[in-house]
Amino acid sequence: MTPTAAKRPLQLNDLGQLRHFLSIDGLSRELLTEILDTADSFLEVGARAVKKVPLLRGKTVCNVFFENSTRTRTTFELAAQRLSADVITLNVSTSSTSKGETLLDTLRNLEAMAADMFVVRHGDSGAAHFIAEHVCPNVAIINGGDGRHAHPTQGMLDMLTIRRHKGGFENLSVAIVGDILHSRVARSNMLALKTLGCPDIRVIAPKTLLPVGIEQYGVSVYTDLAEGLKDVDVIIMLRLQTERMHGGLLPSAGEFYRTYGLTTQRLALAKPDALVMHPGPINRGVEIESAVADGPQSVILNQVTYGIAIRMAVLSMAMSGQAAQRQLNQEREEQR
Amino acid sequence: MRTHIIGARVIDPASGLDQITDLFLEGGKIAAFGQAPSGFVPERSIDANGLIASPGLVDLAVALREPGYSRKGSIASETLAAAAGGVTSLCCPPLTKPVLDTSAVAELILDRAREAGHCKVFPIGALSKNLEGEQLAELVALRDAGCVAFGNGLQSFSNNRTLCRALEYAATFNLTVIFHSQDRDLAAGGIAHEGPTASFLGLAGIPESAETVALARDLLLVEQAGVRAHFSQLSTARGAQMIAEAQARGLPVTADVALYQLILTDEALSEFSSLYHVQPPLRTHADRDGLRAAVKSGVIKAIASHHQPHEADAKLAPFAATEPGISSVELLLPLAMTLVQDGLLDLPTLLARLTAGPAKALRLPAGRLAVGAPADLLLFDPQGSTLAGERWLSKGANCPFIGHCLPGAVRYTLVDGRISFQG
Repeated sequence: MTPTAAKRPLQLNDLGQLRHFLSIDGLSRELLTEILDTADSFLEVGARAVKKVPLLRGKTVCNVFFENSTRTRTTFELAAQRLSADVITLNVSTSSTSKGETLLDTLRNLEAMAADMFVVRHGDSGAAHFIAEHVCPNVAIINGGDGRHAHPTQGMLDMLTIRRHKGGFENLSVAIVGDILHSRVARSNMLALKTLGCPDIRVIAPKTLLPVGIEQYGVSVYTDLAEGLKDVDVIIMLRLQTERMHGGLLPSAGEFYRTYGLTTQRLALAKPDALVMHPGPINRGVEIESAVADGPQSVILNQVTYGIAIRMAVLSMAMSGQAAQRQLNQEREEQR
Repeated sequence: MRTHIIGARVIDPASGLDQITDLFLEGGKIAAFGQAPSGFVPERSIDANGLIASPGLVDLAVALREPGYSRKGSIASETLAAAAGGVTSLCCPPLTKPVLDTSAVAELILDRAREAGHCKVFPIGALSKNLEGEQLAELVALRDAGCVAFGNGLQSFSNNRTLCRALEYAATFNLTVIFHSQDRDLAAGGIAHEGPTASFLGLAGIPESAETVALARDLLLVEQAGVRAHFSQLSTARGAQMIAEAQARGLPVTADVALYQLILTDEALSEFSSLYHVQPPLRTHADRDGLRAAVKSGVIKAIASHHQPHEADAKLAPFAATEPGISSVELLLPLAMTLVQDGLLDLPTLLARLTAGPAKALRLPAGRLAVGAPADLLLFDPQGSTLAGERWLSKGANCPFIGHCLPGAVRYTLVDGRISFQG
């Protein structure tokens, strides 16, 4: 059994609908397309004078962030508010000794307050799975990023960005550049692109920032930026954390920029209409030149806007998936 | 109690004995095979037709969790669990609180083990004070208190020179040193085998080289110091190969492997189940095959449970935040029998790796059947089966095999002629 073949029905209900959103892994192309289509329809809501729909009226969404975040947390809050839900956001600082207990107890307490949905960001890979499986199986869990493992809403908002600007995935070459090793965004993007039928996915990084066995994602690996960028349609730059300079992964931010930074000249190697994307926050002059980040090919700010629509889509779909499961359980109970 | 064991297939790997015969026990020792000694009147007879009688199993690594971690296990609970797994002699690692680096702790463990009476316990002392790898523990005093070997667990020495001196000091007194070779720096922060599964799950990896780099250094230092050495918990095929090469050039080193490493691979982690979080980590199919081959060929002469019971909370967290280890000593025999069932080992070889092999590695007075030897016996039904978890004696239920139907069933475990477990 290879990891990619491993099914995670944990995030689906008995009808195959989303009830948690933990990872792109195990989700079908149809389901991902449904998320994108739903998000498309919500984009119109954001453009209206009154930006609210009543889908989650009377529901309580808790954002529980064990890791710092501005963009993800804010866009989840906005998404829940635009769906008319009540929103609580908790920034829980993790103490190193009792991390697990804090997580468990915090969530059980929130569950006791009758929360309907948790958006969780946590530094440990698998944290969202753990919560969905062991802590609150009847509350919809949305993964807002877990360790290096997955950031599925970011992955889907990136897909929405690509689809809206390129029309689809079938004939595209997409390059993901930078710290693949530590990046949950890269993992979610690779899985989503593959599932949606993108034929040419490239990852570009020095060997110190490439995970062992990256080939399992069906990607081609480049260590040379110029070679990897040649004729691509989309470039996804990843954020480089400054702590990567320690421990011998990289000599300096300057040397990284020299070898893997996206400059105007290098961008010219890609197709003339290539998109430039970045999950943010960007490090100008480390992974990307300001002129590129602010240039005509950049869709970095569009990504933020699309992020709200994607999160509205996922929140509403998971909430109705949970409701459908509850109804199903009730009917089964009555039949007995 | 004078005991007559009737009609068992007696397998003693140490002597090569394998025949259906009777056994006579008296005064806690084996009095005779085949014919009763003159004047022997049994007080108890055990009908062992269809059963196999072997030396009681010898497990080189069973964490008893006492003193210091009674929420995870106690000497009474874990030695009883061991008896249920067919074990009559076990070694416990020094990872207690306080660390087993003084005679007082050794004495406490031995006293409580004697009081419980389920198994013979042979403590492994700390090689360095508080396992900090800086100052030597009082090895001779610990030996005199009953420690049979000395190790530092997975904790590294502060530097190679201190380690080298520790080995020379141990060699002075012909003591056995136990290595858990894992390079601290290469393994730092890691929680799973560095490979496709860990990459996919976003878990920080421990590369194969964490074991092989440390092992290469340790073998060279062992050779230089001329110390008796046992390498515990090998996890890689390459590591087993390095042991084989060392043995081939005449270095008298022995090795053991955790039973679960012969059964599981890192693919078990694919659902983030913390039950599979162990240190050193589960590795690849190729590693498992290499370890199995080394067990078969005799490069690895001991299979140990590496039993690590935990309270439920220790495993109830995201993978990286959980404590490593599997509770499995009470399944030692039936889990090991899966290797026979799968055609990987024949029964006498398996029993050799569970009795004479480990006993010889640490020079324990155990693991063989002979007239005059302690009557430490295991009687099991090779055709029977064990539903793992149907009964559970260990305090730690952190066992991924619970719910599985395993081949073989322990019927009697006898320590010094006394029944310590009856299944």
